[in-house]
Amino acid sequence: MNRIATTPGLFPLPDDAKETLSDLKGHQKHDLVSGDEGPEIEAAYDEVREELVGLQRDAGLDRVVEGQGRWDDMLAHPLTVHENVETGGIVRYYDNNNFYRDPIVEGELTFSGDLAADLEAASELTGDLQAVVPGPYSLSELATDEYYGDDEQFLAAVADFLAGEVEAFPDIETVFVLEPSLVTNPPEEGEDERASGAIGTVADAADADVVAHTYWGALEEKVHAHLLDADVDAIGYDFVTNHEDNLYNVTEYGTKDSVALGVVDGQNTLVESPETIRDRVDWFRDSVPDAIEFDDAYVTANTGLFYLPVNRFEQKLQALADATREVKA
Amino acid sequence: MSSNREQFRPDGHDNDHFLLTTVVGSYPKPKWLDRANDLYEDPEADFGDEELDEAEDDAARLITEEHERAGLDVVVDGEMRRNEMVEFFADRIEGYEFNGPVKVWGHNYFDKPSVVSDVAYDESWLVDEYEFTASVADSPVKVPITGPYTLASWSFNEAYDGDDELAYDLADLVNEEIEKLVDAGARYIQIDEPALATTPDDHAIVGECLERIAAGIPDDVRIGLHVCYGDYSRIYPEILEFPVDEFDLELANGDYEQLDVFTDPDFSKDLALGVVDAHVAEVESVEEIEANIRKGLEVVPPERLTVSPDCGVKLLPREVAYEKMANLVEAARNVEADLDDGAIDVPAAPADD
Repeated sequence: MNRIATTPGLFPLPDDAKETLSDLKGHQKHDLVSGDEGPEIEAAYDEVREELVGLQRDAGLDRVVEGQGRWDDMLAHPLTVHENVETGGIVRYYDNNNFYRDPIVEGELTFSGDLAADLEAASELTGDLQAVVPGPYSLSELATDEYYGDDEQFLAAVADFLAGEVEAFPDIETVFVLEPSLVTNPPEEGEDERASGAIGTVADAADADVVAHTYWGALEEKVHAHLLDADVDAIGYDFVTNHEDNLYNVTEYGTKDSVALGVVDGQNTLVESPETIRDRVDWFRDSVPDAIEFDDAYVTANTGLFYLPVNRFEQKLQALADATREVKA
Repeated sequence: MSSNREQFRPDGHDNDHFLLTTVVGSYPKPKWLDRANDLYEDPEADFGDEELDEAEDDAARLITEEHERAGLDVVVDGEMRRNEMVEFFADRIEGYEFNGPVKVWGHNYFDKPSVVSDVAYDESWLVDEYEFTASVADSPVKVPITGPYTLASWSFNEAYDGDDELAYDLADLVNEEIEKLVDAGARYIQIDEPALATTPDDHAIVGECLERIAAGIPDDVRIGLHVCYGDYSRIYPEILEFPVDEFDLELANGDYEQLDVFTDPDFSKDLALGVVDAHVAEVESVEEIEANIRKGLEVVPPERLTVSPDCGVKLLPREVAYEKMANLVEAARNVEADLDDGAIDVPAAPADD
């Protein structure tokens, strides 16, 4: 089992950038990222990207993310910057004390290129680039559709949109497709199959390994079973919030040839030591029958890391990198 | 009606009916106080503890008097000494540490603290604030305190097995603080639990916290619970079991769509009804507020109705905040007069009252 240290991205902004960008942009709803920022703000984001990529390189992570510094609206970002999407009120982000602008889809979800542009810039800074995209199911759940008319069509449109974005990516190693809504708001009968199909649509567009990463609990058995049918290289499980049910899903139903293990808490300042991280990965390997073999195990935080203050975020990156480095040595 | 309510009726109140008017707590800080805080943070500036204390005293006096000028029956100091509703308390409780700002939304951050060891009572939190406000106020003073469930939920928990365990320990500390406040003369305490709106299924934890908070507090001390921004049907009627006198609810913001939730079963506590929106900078007219107050009378009789803004008003422009309060008081007095005249039909109070 080849251990690969990585994260699901969505990093906190460096503290000085928090201040610079809020001074440049403002604090209000209409001041957030729109996709057509002026050169001064773009330059500030370029600096953020350089710093975030540099941190991961220095820590020694095996996969390096762009950091998603521009994602003011977290996973809803690809829609909130889209030209045919209006931003509505500030709404709660999952069961968190965080908020984002409600993306109201009012027209066709045409190609945007916003994600690819950020990745293009990041690819100048690292050769181990990993893309991060919201999963089509989660993104459709986070948005309000006023154009496509029904859930089924909307999900398909979001999947096609994301596939178009992914197709435009530069050379990358891995894509993390983040699907927390599959856990927090499980799709119903029939919808579960479509959700997995939608993930497959996005995955097929990628010229890289694709990880469908889930968090904030464990997938319902049926949802998990359908996800196994999706054409992805690995499924990600959150062993921080629910190790028992996630282990059950894997031992009972198997998983893909590779796996992502969310073993570092992205939402708590308590920093896991490299040994703790290693123990958790070993526990997983030992708990799954030997007959189930794995090519790659992505050792990762369960969630994005913007929940954390910068010092603890940096320490967690280092711990993840150290946990896998010592095993390889 | 709660037996401790009548002590807040002002001497010489004009009407027979009395609708208790008050506020939730926070109020826009004068710009110069923000500047003073900036100076205090600036190592280059010759501005230390003494200077900041003086500025905070001045601001607390000013805003307390602004509340009295608006005509409120029970006043606060607008929380002039508090930076943020979790940070302020975490700073004074042993077991907490700060690591830096985290995102709430967009470029809005807060210094979310971490609980790194068992929490313990250290210095007093609010006794000085209360004593000062009471010394400058002619009216009775209310003390808002961030509740233990919110203090636990809006922190990183590194030390306790569960957030419930942390909340219970914090509740014991809140109880200790309230005992000190009561000794200092406080008779009106409001526990703020906005986190309950995020996780309404945890109402039993909040209930257990309140049992601990209310333990040993004399009956003449009025205890209110403020909850905002949520789906109230998920906590009602369970919250009626909580050992508090009054619930302070945000309802104006949702145009009273959720009012019906509180009519079945009967609302058996006092109701502090939000009658002006704390997040809309337009000042509601007196007539509009009167109509809102009458909505409250659909839930409780006048002797159980308190009138207040939806939530803390610190995000409003200061003159808007003032006008909302002044209109709120005028509207309450008008409704009282209408009640005296028999011009408003009020359902008969339940027999057990």
